[in-house]
Amino acid sequence: MKRTQKENLIKGFFCLPASLSIFFLLGIVIVLFKEGLPIFKVTSLKEFLFGKFWYPTYEPPEFGILPLILGSFLVTFGALVISVPLGVAGAIYISEVASPKIKESIKPVIELLAGIPSVVYGFFGMVIVAPQVAKIFDLAVGLNAFTASLILGIMAIPTITSISEDAISAVPKKFKEASYALGANKWETILRVILPAAGGGITTAVILGMARVYGETMTVLMVAGGAAVIPRSFFEPVRTMTATIAAEMGEAVAGSTHFYALFAIAIVLFVITLSFNILADILSQRFRKRLG
Amino acid sequence: MVDIVTSHHSPVTSKKEVKISIRNLNIWYQDMQVIKNVNLDVEKNKVTAIIGPSGCGKSTLIKSINRMLDMIPEAEVGGTILLDGQNIYDMDETFLRKRIGMVFQMPNPFPKSIFENIAYGLKIHKMFKSKQDLYFKVEKALKQAALWDEVKDKLDKFALDLSGGQQQRLCIARCIALEPEVVLFDEPCSALDPVATVKIEELIEDLKKNYTIVIVTHNMQQAARISDYTAFLYLGNLVEFGPTQKIFTTPQNKMTEHYLTGKFG
Repeated sequence: MKRTQKENLIKGFFCLPASLSIFFLLGIVIVLFKEGLPIFKVTSLKEFLFGKFWYPTYEPPEFGILPLILGSFLVTFGALVISVPLGVAGAIYISEVASPKIKESIKPVIELLAGIPSVVYGFFGMVIVAPQVAKIFDLAVGLNAFTASLILGIMAIPTITSISEDAISAVPKKFKEASYALGANKWETILRVILPAAGGGITTAVILGMARVYGETMTVLMVAGGAAVIPRSFFEPVRTMTATIAAEMGEAVAGSTHFYALFAIAIVLFVITLSFNILADILSQRFRKRLG
Repeated sequence: MVDIVTSHHSPVTSKKEVKISIRNLNIWYQDMQVIKNVNLDVEKNKVTAIIGPSGCGKSTLIKSINRMLDMIPEAEVGGTILLDGQNIYDMDETFLRKRIGMVFQMPNPFPKSIFENIAYGLKIHKMFKSKQDLYFKVEKALKQAALWDEVKDKLDKFALDLSGGQQQRLCIARCIALEPEVVLFDEPCSALDPVATVKIEELIEDLKKNYTIVIVTHNMQQAARISDYTAFLYLGNLVEFGPTQKIFTTPQNKMTEHYLTGKFG
């Protein structure tokens, strides 16, 4: 066999698995739209997105997913309120404050936190956190948006910390030197030079953490309470889009309007997640350009 | 082994004012000694150049003066450095660095606007009374650094979009905005083209009226052009120190002569 032939063969061999992921993505998108779009024969896009009632099995059924969208957003927002300050502060500590020894031991622990299955978080939330929340806030049940935000916030910390830490460590040392040489102390340097310089990367970290929370299914299914009602406070049970699909797909008859509606929810999820990723990509690229 | 006759005909006579006095300075990086018992007096409002081949300890020596060496945990410093007679290790390092500014080898403006680069130190040290005062001080620093005419219409533009030479002058402006007493230059032109280098050299000449200047350079012509005193450093030893003209025309030490005539370096 000639050398060029051999090389082409090897190229092809490695090209196949790489292109497979593109095929899978395309396949998923096609199926999503094929199975989801038929719902709009029954209801309009406006009614679907802004309808206040999700009664898919009633007669006649109602397919308004506004409560689910708000449930997802509420839980995501709550989780970010917890995870962003903690995650970014952790990243600052690891990259700027901790001694090399502490840094070496904390980083693997945080990565381990990311590796815990979400069902374990959910279980922990259900059995340990929810009863405490009920007790502290004097509620009948502790399964609500607050508990879900708390657990999801903890789950998002590793993502936010590790990506922010990369961004902070990537800030060129010369900026730090310049700041110290002007008589700035460590905290002035961190707050006024390092964090702004790492801003793009930290924003990316927050968006990816947000995507992680927003797409999380098992944990919210277990601890958010599961009521498909427009939430009025953090202490009410909520249901997210992901949890709805997971909970109802098993009982929806294939080809029914309920089935189509669940796929249409998946389209909404997919579009929002996709925009998170595109946004993160744009921001990190702009950041790279700015630092030259 | 190099035989060193450290000649301290240091020009310290009664009328000359010593700004920085380095006494028995020894610096180690772990087991390696990079500065060996250096004694040096820097005269006020003069340019003192430190020359020598790469790795001779020039940068280490200059970084010890504003305690930037503190940032390197392995570095250990022995001996004393006096600023106006006061030991720099008895001072708060942030205050010391306000008094002794530094311009680095690679231009290092912050990834902020031109204005914010200059305003940074003024804000840190709370050196302005009002917004107008801040603006006025930024303008003054940019004028002193001969950069004002080029940037006055784009103060809000991103500093890293300036050319290398402009960035270096911006760094000088940022440094002198704090009205330091001493400015340390660590090979400020090594990353610049000849035209930009000339501008920086002219600026240094101009600055010595108001500031005491120490400049590290491996460019001997540069030292000859702009400095009043020259110190020749070799393998951590101060081989020779004296008025620049004397060092360049009648060096007392064979090593200095060999270095200046290009026999090694």
